[in-house]
Amino acid sequence: MIINTTYDMLAAHPFLAGMDRPQLQRLASWGRRSSFHAGTRVFSEGGHADRFWLIREGQVALDTHIPGRGDVVIETLGPGAVLGWSWLFPPYRWHFGATTVEPTLTVEMDGKSILRLCGEDPEIGYQLNRRFVQVVVERLQATRIRLLDLYDGPRDGR
Amino acid sequence: MTAAMLPLPYRVTGRRVEAADTVTLTLAPVGHRIDPWEPGQFTMLYAFGVGEVPISISGGDGGARIRHTVRDVGAVSHAVCATAVGGVLGLRGPYGHGWDPDSAAGADLVLVAGGIGLAPLRPVLDRVLAHRERYGRIALLVGARTPADLLYPREYPSWRAAGVQVLVTVDRADAGWGGHVGLVTTLLGRTGFTPDGTVAFVCGPELMMRFTARALGDLGVPAAAVRVSLERNMRCGIALCGHCQLGPLLVCRDGPVAGYDVAGPLLGVKEL
Repeated sequence: MIINTTYDMLAAHPFLAGMDRPQLQRLASWGRRSSFHAGTRVFSEGGHADRFWLIREGQVALDTHIPGRGDVVIETLGPGAVLGWSWLFPPYRWHFGATTVEPTLTVEMDGKSILRLCGEDPEIGYQLNRRFVQVVVERLQATRIRLLDLYDGPRDGR
Repeated sequence: MTAAMLPLPYRVTGRRVEAADTVTLTLAPVGHRIDPWEPGQFTMLYAFGVGEVPISISGGDGGARIRHTVRDVGAVSHAVCATAVGGVLGLRGPYGHGWDPDSAAGADLVLVAGGIGLAPLRPVLDRVLAHRERYGRIALLVGARTPADLLYPREYPSWRAAGVQVLVTVDRADAGWGGHVGLVTTLLGRTGFTPDGTVAFVCGPELMMRFTARALGDLGVPAAAVRVSLERNMRCGIALCGHCQLGPLLVCRDGPVAGYDVAGPLLGVKEL
């Protein structure tokens, strides 16, 4: 039976690719394996944001509550994605909610401790911030493309 | 040339509503039939007294019947969509250069469809599934605006059963949707294909094809291995009128399917 340590799981996760062994070992101190059944609410919109998750397997739906329509899914995240960045910035509140769509395996990271670690070790802070900025940019671009209505074709074309 | 411009009468023998603005018509020749067609080719579909539109072939029965999935986006396509069973439409073709799936034998196939772009790809699926052993992994990625806009959802189970990895996403979910939400490009990472051994067939609005081709390139798929189906203003269908010119290409003759190594630089030129 192969048992993956937190370090192993972090080292295998695409989000942290390129970080060196000592950095991953320091991060591993503040991570733990976590798993969710399908349909589990991971966090709720407006709740206190003090952690993030590196998704290893499964799918998580980001949602928001719209009166009269219920919880509407705005994006789905899968293996290799990072869930949650609201822990990085004040007011440390989740902007959206998150619910697992499938049984989901993650590494759950302690946001408060990671923030403290970033203060102690600016190189780790820089490496993490670069990666989170990249995620935010990718999702911003995806949102812009969706605003363009990607599937609207020309008139009397095809 | 007269014969090439003369529509042959086809009777509507089946009409299935696919979405609020989209129908699939099954057409059977009243007399003479058009020549055999290949996946990715199109016909000029004529609503008598209204006009002609180029429509990609979305299937057939292996014989004379042919299927077209048409979205109601203008006067002519509206008239085509509104044609009831028993009505007659004119058909010219088939025209153009298709997907040529046979040339991708031995490769992994990634089919990426946006909106009604699944219609021209369905004959590719039919062809490759008839010769499943010739290909590696086959993935079909489908993106649509909403769940109600998805084409052919009743066929997904049979495609999956035939060994196709079918991944579906929508831009805007409704309360009943339990699937993926996000750009169709976000599905690419879940397919597990081998970038340098993959041929991608991408069909949808031009914007969607550009972003998808770019994402495939980021994953290591060469531009020459990405085939896209171009849309331009095709009128004659036989490379005479020039309406569909895209740089050195006449899309009705040299397309609609072209490699992204050729099409990509042209699509990046404004007003071309």
